[in-house]
Amino acid sequence: MRKKEMIAMLLAGGQGSRLGVLTAKVAKPAVSFGGKYRIIDFPLSNCINSGVDTVGVLTQYQPLRLNAHIGIGIPWDLDRNIGGVTVLPPYEKSSNSEWYTGTANAIYQNLEFMESYNPDYVLILSGDHIYKMDYEVMLDFHKEKNADVTIAAMPVPMEEANRFGIVVTDGENRITAFEEKPENPRSNLASMGIYIFRWPVLRDALIKKKDEPACDFGKHVIPYCFEQEKRMYAYEYSGYWKDVGTLGSYWEANMELIDIVPEFNLYEEYWKIYTNGGGLPPQYIAESAVVDRSIICNGAEIYGEVRNSVIGAGVTIGKGTVVRDSIIMQDSQIGESCVVDKAIIAENVKIGDGVTLGIGADIPNKSKPNIYSFGLVTIGENSVIPSNVQIGKNTAISGVTASEDYVGNVLGSGETLIKAGGQA
Amino acid sequence: MKAVGIILAGGSSNKMKELTRKRAAAAMPIAGSYRAIDFALSNMSNSHVPKVAVLTQYNSRSLNEHLNSSKWWDFGRKHGGLYVFTPTITADNSFWFRGTADAIYQNLDFLKKSHEPYVIITSGDAVYKMDYEKVLDYHEEKKADITVVCKTLKEGEDARRFGTVKMDDDMRIHEFEEKPMFAKSNIISTGIYIIRRRLLIDLVEECVEDERYDFVKDILIRYKNLKKIYGYITDEYWSNIATIDSYYKTNMDFLKAEVRNHFFKEYPEIHSKVSDLPPAKYNPGAVVKNSLVASGSIINGTVENSILFKKVFVGNNCVIRNSIILNDVYLGDNTYIENCIVESRGTIRANTRHVGEDGIKVVLEKGERYGM
Repeated sequence: MRKKEMIAMLLAGGQGSRLGVLTAKVAKPAVSFGGKYRIIDFPLSNCINSGVDTVGVLTQYQPLRLNAHIGIGIPWDLDRNIGGVTVLPPYEKSSNSEWYTGTANAIYQNLEFMESYNPDYVLILSGDHIYKMDYEVMLDFHKEKNADVTIAAMPVPMEEANRFGIVVTDGENRITAFEEKPENPRSNLASMGIYIFRWPVLRDALIKKKDEPACDFGKHVIPYCFEQEKRMYAYEYSGYWKDVGTLGSYWEANMELIDIVPEFNLYEEYWKIYTNGGGLPPQYIAESAVVDRSIICNGAEIYGEVRNSVIGAGVTIGKGTVVRDSIIMQDSQIGESCVVDKAIIAENVKIGDGVTLGIGADIPNKSKPNIYSFGLVTIGENSVIPSNVQIGKNTAISGVTASEDYVGNVLGSGETLIKAGGQA
Repeated sequence: MKAVGIILAGGSSNKMKELTRKRAAAAMPIAGSYRAIDFALSNMSNSHVPKVAVLTQYNSRSLNEHLNSSKWWDFGRKHGGLYVFTPTITADNSFWFRGTADAIYQNLDFLKKSHEPYVIITSGDAVYKMDYEKVLDYHEEKKADITVVCKTLKEGEDARRFGTVKMDDDMRIHEFEEKPMFAKSNIISTGIYIIRRRLLIDLVEECVEDERYDFVKDILIRYKNLKKIYGYITDEYWSNIATIDSYYKTNMDFLKAEVRNHFFKEYPEIHSKVSDLPPAKYNPGAVVKNSLVASGSIINGTVENSILFKKVFVGNNCVIRNSIILNDVYLGDNTYIENCIVESRGTIRANTRHVGEDGIKVVLEKGERYGM
């Protein structure tokens, strides 16, 4: 019989709506990160580096980019005869077909997939965090504690603890209480959304809770296991872990890669992060260019000035252009004599000449102040920005825009400009 | 595609001096991210040649490592794919490849067991992009026995290290000289040939029976009046890296926009083994001008008119000018490098100075990699 000791189930179906126009057409796990990676590369690379060679990736929201990226798993060495990566979208059943209504519901709908590998343990992961973790060490901990469920948890500042699922533990790391987003947290140990279950325990919980609407791990399955007095342990993690759920934290996490010795180091030999594509040719830095404190990917051509920025593969920065504190994702073209300050420019965007991004006062965004803040300019993928326009702070732009969309050639701070289409 | 491919990657070149001590010429790193053989392999793959044999002999470890999976060139196919042949001892043969024709002869089974009517032969140490299907169309149109892809040298380029040809108005080759001291023509053979598979088998068998082993000398030149050998002129970029100077120049050509566009931006692309390296990192103090930088490099100093291959570390206050730094080189603080090729995996101690005074200097240094 086929047998895998531990298989991973990677939840990658979420939109990540707080990333605004960046996730208008792609699922959050497929959003580009660090110039050449996509967010899902981190958990996928962690899997293969931890010896987990069987991964089910659950997709739902806008899966095209994700599917194309994962393919048959070659970059992560997950193209296997038995196991490897399997993309698991929601599917039609003979009765009551439904979308994935919650994290646990999605896993429940794939019981047969897990069953087919006859696992001892199932690792539940989400596809939207930046971190390196050896799941094998976590499994060792799980075995040593003879646990039914192990939850990876990390200390967070007490004042932020009410945003997380909080675990309270005894001296032996056994969980004595579990509180989902508590008003008055009793501990600052936050669940990272990474779980190891003994397979029979997970199967039983999913079946028992199958009729729960929008069945969720944090809200339903973990509390259920707790009620059943299962042996639940917290695996404490203290390394780098970043939830890139907001534009601010996404921008910050990218910028941290630039530090001289970054806290999250991509240059370590023993824990490589793998990705698909990124382009082969080397980058060209022209005679007229200035590059300072930045990371730049393959195939980029720099004729202007780049400071404190993350430049993706195949990006062109025109002569006389200055890019500061910005993220420019793969294949975007920035014209000549532009000024780009604190912008997130998604993939395959075309910006004309003489464009200024990020000027003026820091006025909150008028339509979605919670999303477009931090003084950032955010431009969605495949957008086109005409020459000689000025764009303020806390702005969002998506689609093919023309000069007439900019009154007096200006898009003031706090404005949002969403147009149809996008260049292919 | 109606042809199988043969890539001759067996050669070492004495003119490459120290650089081919470690590897066959076909495994030489090119343009920051590639190996020489990537160009021939990508051309084969992009021209839809379904089955390709690489014939290697000299120092093939590095080449074999590069070719350990054929999927990067899309040769990981159910039918056909990539075959790497090194000389083997058999019941009736215990020789190394005694020449290019002998290399083909010793692997004649590859040709005999194929069914495609034509064979495309190319060398593994040339940098070019070519659609072999167009050459094959020409070959059929001319009803040629052998087609030789040729190139017209520019004014001032030395023909003496090539084979030169003279053609009639119909492009039939009537003169062919190998590495002439005095070249009577500025049209050279690029070492890319198309020939009917049956004919190649016959010629190679005849040739080896006569104890002749060289494809150019013993087949092309000897048979030029007997067989219809035609020239196909290409005017696109083609460069052979058989000498230190031509290796240096070929790499430096990639600093020109038209060469980069031709290879990096125009379809189809050149494929290579993927190396999973992070983006290049420019720390405070980095000053980079007119240079190519491959991924995984970390730069703290000055780099001008140079090519940094993968995973090069440039220390503080370093100055690198007009140089090629091959893969995984560590340059300690305050080093000065000018007109050099720094061999891969080298470690240059801090405060060292290397300058190629008259010509390009090859730097082989294996200092202890400290401070990392």
